[in-house]
Amino acid sequence: GLPSVAFHLCGSSQDLNEDLKQMLESSKDSAKLDAMKRIVGMIAKGKNASELFPAVVKNVASKNIEIKKLVYVYLMRYAEEQQDLALLSISTFQRALKDPNQLIRASALRVLSSIRVPIIVPIMMLAIKEASSDLSPYVRKNAAHAIQKLYSLDPDQKEMLIEVIEKLLKDRSTLVAGSVVMAFEEVCPDRIDLIHKNYRKLCNLLVDVEEWGQVVIIHMLTRYARTQFVSPWKVMVDEYSENNFYESDEEQKEKDQKLKTTYTMDPDHRLLLRNTKPLLQSRNAAVVMAVAQLYWHLAPKSEAGIVSKSLVRLLRSNREVQYIVLQNIATMSIQRKGMFEPYLKSFYVRSTDPTMIKTLKLEILTNLANEANISTLLREFQTYVKSQDKQFAAATIQAIGRCATNITEVTDTCLNGLVCLLSNRDEIVVAESVVVIKKLLQTQPAHHGEIIKHMAKLLDNITVPVARASILWLIGEYCERVPKIAPDVLRKTAKSFTNEDDLVKLQILNLGAKLYLTNSKQTKLLTQYVLNLGKYDQSYDIRDRTRFIRQLIVPNEKSGALSKYAKKIFLAQKPAPLLESPFKDRDHFQLGTLSHTLNSRATGYLELSDWPEVAPDPSVRNVDVAKEWTGILGKPKKEKPTEKFYSESEEEEDESASTSSSGKCLESTAFSLPGKLCLQNCLVHK
Amino acid sequence: MCFQQKMIHSLFLINCSGDIFLEKHWKSVVSQSVCDYFFEAQEKAIDVENVPPVISTPHHYLISIYRDKIFFVSVIQTEVPPLFVIEFLHRVADTFQDYFGECSETAIKDNVVIVYELLEEMLDNGFPLATESNILKELIKPPTILRSVVNSITGSSNVGDTLPTGQLSNIPWRRAGVKYTNNEAYFDVIEEIDAIIDKSGSTVFAEIQGVIDSCIKLSGMPDLSLSFMNPRLLDDVSFHPCIRFKRWESERVLSFIPPDGNFRLISYRVSSQNLVAIPVYVKHMISFKENTSSGRFDVTIGPKQNMGKTVEGVVMTVHMPKAVLNMNLTATQGSYTFDPVTKVLTWDVGKITPQKLPNLKGIVNLQSGAPKPEENPSLNIQFKIQQLAISGLKVNRLDMYGEKYKPFKGVKYITKAGKFQVRT
Repeated sequence: GLPSVAFHLCGSSQDLNEDLKQMLESSKDSAKLDAMKRIVGMIAKGKNASELFPAVVKNVASKNIEIKKLVYVYLMRYAEEQQDLALLSISTFQRALKDPNQLIRASALRVLSSIRVPIIVPIMMLAIKEASSDLSPYVRKNAAHAIQKLYSLDPDQKEMLIEVIEKLLKDRSTLVAGSVVMAFEEVCPDRIDLIHKNYRKLCNLLVDVEEWGQVVIIHMLTRYARTQFVSPWKVMVDEYSENNFYESDEEQKEKDQKLKTTYTMDPDHRLLLRNTKPLLQSRNAAVVMAVAQLYWHLAPKSEAGIVSKSLVRLLRSNREVQYIVLQNIATMSIQRKGMFEPYLKSFYVRSTDPTMIKTLKLEILTNLANEANISTLLREFQTYVKSQDKQFAAATIQAIGRCATNITEVTDTCLNGLVCLLSNRDEIVVAESVVVIKKLLQTQPAHHGEIIKHMAKLLDNITVPVARASILWLIGEYCERVPKIAPDVLRKTAKSFTNEDDLVKLQILNLGAKLYLTNSKQTKLLTQYVLNLGKYDQSYDIRDRTRFIRQLIVPNEKSGALSKYAKKIFLAQKPAPLLESPFKDRDHFQLGTLSHTLNSRATGYLELSDWPEVAPDPSVRNVDVAKEWTGILGKPKKEKPTEKFYSESEEEEDESASTSSSGKCLESTAFSLPGKLCLQNCLVHK
Repeated sequence: MCFQQKMIHSLFLINCSGDIFLEKHWKSVVSQSVCDYFFEAQEKAIDVENVPPVISTPHHYLISIYRDKIFFVSVIQTEVPPLFVIEFLHRVADTFQDYFGECSETAIKDNVVIVYELLEEMLDNGFPLATESNILKELIKPPTILRSVVNSITGSSNVGDTLPTGQLSNIPWRRAGVKYTNNEAYFDVIEEIDAIIDKSGSTVFAEIQGVIDSCIKLSGMPDLSLSFMNPRLLDDVSFHPCIRFKRWESERVLSFIPPDGNFRLISYRVSSQNLVAIPVYVKHMISFKENTSSGRFDVTIGPKQNMGKTVEGVVMTVHMPKAVLNMNLTATQGSYTFDPVTKVLTWDVGKITPQKLPNLKGIVNLQSGAPKPEENPSLNIQFKIQQLAISGLKVNRLDMYGEKYKPFKGVKYITKAGKFQVRT
């Protein structure tokens, strides 16, 4: 029905557009507004309203702010398609850029920079430059956004835009910080040198920046830190704890310095860790995750654990947040089990969880399994195996298999449990159990003749191809342990050969070959029969395999030297399969990124560099203290009225540390502190 | 050169029948056909809950959320923290909810112009600009019946023409010039018990998840501090940006200049290390007999550690196994329904009176010939207890600085079942 509806609309759109045009030409604002609302409605539904461009653009200078806004909406949508007409509106925006009202200046810049018309690039460039020195931080924020827009329209402007970025990076407004770092990441993420002088300021502003800006800044600073500081992970000696690092008196520090020449964390590195930590308590899941990944990639291993609690808290959030957070925990829990062991039960599955959440929780539980908790976990898994959600039940069986291989104490228990599942009513459960048992038996086949016999009996009932194939492979591989059963299985499957799945046929051929080599007296004819069936099979694969096997096992003049080794080839000791987590090695992607979620490199992914062997010169981050003070003195007048919002006690406290959760007016006092520390550090080095 | 763009490129709103009923592009237009990849993934998923939130397509990435029967599908072109987008999309849905009273397809379609204006303000070039409700409401007035009548007569507008002062101050979450004749501050301490109870009635896992939701209607720039009798109970807290973190760290006092209106002040967790009181117990006997195509169902709910308060609003929902055809039950209290399509049994119990415990029992009819269900279903229980915070958390006092008037203050406690599951 969709095309016909569209057709119908096309037919009447001519009349509709005439109506709208008339309304737009009307002298009454209410008619114009009504028309604009209907046009925006069309745009929202994805209908084409481009024909109305001339009529709409006339209203760009309307005095009515709502009409104007809707005209802006329209322009941003269609300017690219109607460039010549769009140019008519430019002068209006240029005028608005000088308006005394900052709202109007900002929105003029927003629209102007959103009109993707190459001819106006110079005008945009000029507007951005001017807006970047605007008195209003809101306009400067919009200027930072405009940088990215202009860059995507005309990458040749890069150098000039970098100048603007450099200037805005120096901005002290928390409103601007996030947006300019965003522009930096987009336009010149490799110009790490632009960050040096702003590094400490960004660290100190961070708590007061809006949530979205925090995420961007934290990600950028993570990359920065990995290029500027040395690894905190290689050290054997225990590091200074945060408190005594900053509070210890000079003497103590010098003594420590002499003792531990191996590693001292750069105070700037510490500053970043310390100032991001409070953000773990943000209500915004993206901020919490950003801090968590920062700690994962930058903190000494002993400290990374502080993020666990906050990540676990996010599991109460909606399913999308859970999904991403669980994926990241899955990756973390492989490398550092200890981080999440205390929260084991938070990953227990509820029958109401969506399957994708269940399987991720299961993954984490499996990663966390150890000698101490395995019996509790296996009891929990028993509940999961019985789940009505069969996909999940199957995943649980895989998980049990992994626990069995990883923790040798429970291998037998798990194996017995899985054998019990072989009598389950559900075929998916049985099939999955067979597959996992097969893998487990490979790791220690010695004592398991009984289980193999049990599985041979299953062949009569089970229909799932993977499971049948697994059983046949097992019997073939260990045919000498079940000398009576194996030939009989070959007999039965020879009968059903033509009706089997390809996967199963291949294993029948394998079984035949192995029996031929070990027990040719009983099975020679059967094997030849099966090989003949295979020779005329419809599948290339089966025919090829048949030919290959025949040449190897049945000696003739052409077969040459290889057939002497047939037994060694077929019955060689095979390495047991590794049962591994799909999240293994996923941490080569920065955590919290899209690439990590997809487990493949997304467009525009910025690699996290390895720690440098030797730290680059830390003095590049030093800021001229005298200049700092003039900056501070110049500022407070404007901010005076805000001071009364904050209780005095807090201001006093804030002199001693920089983790203020509020006032920009406080940032300045906090700011000078790390500067001093760094100077001290330099002296110590000398 | 093909340019790349950070963050959110386009947004499509899709209803459950797969109609794209709204689209918004923050840069060049992306064709609706990109949603085909989404529909493909949706088809593969067992249900709406299992549609993957992140999908990779040849030229774009789709990050989506599912809220109130609507998929919010955003189109991304380059690397971005997925949570950033997810969190933002939820904020958009919250804003719709806040503006229109509900986040439904009808509400969005009816208010499409406001929706467009909101989206325009919330994202610039795909990067969040204004997401605080207090600020948005100054930029774009929410619809009210009265205002739209007045607007249509006078031709006046819904849009503010001065920059909201909040954007410039240190407190971006509070609008300026707030005035009330009655100054009031209400706090609801709401605690939810998440628990898994095993077959034998012992607790496998339990913890308390709490929030303090506030409704603050105070004039001017009030500076509040809220203190607790037992703040150490709060093991893990997340804060609204208005809260001064340092004060909490040093004194365990919540000190803040509140946003105007309704907002969530904190969320907290009382860790499972502390013993969690479980206010109800469930006695159950559910069995399916081999070869008879029937089974028995017998469930009784009773009060346990309820601190002498009444347990009310009790509802039990059970996803019965697929083989169940129908159920013939008798409830001593409340009423039950069984949906033979979704296989969901719902028993609306109401209040529990200890003298006469509510019981639901009877026969379960199974599909004939179908194998006996492998597992007994889990029972999901909901309940409410008024005037009680199960963790024992108690507000000590609320002080206000910065303003002269005396506000009316109120604190309410309530305990509810969160994800409360009994395995049988």
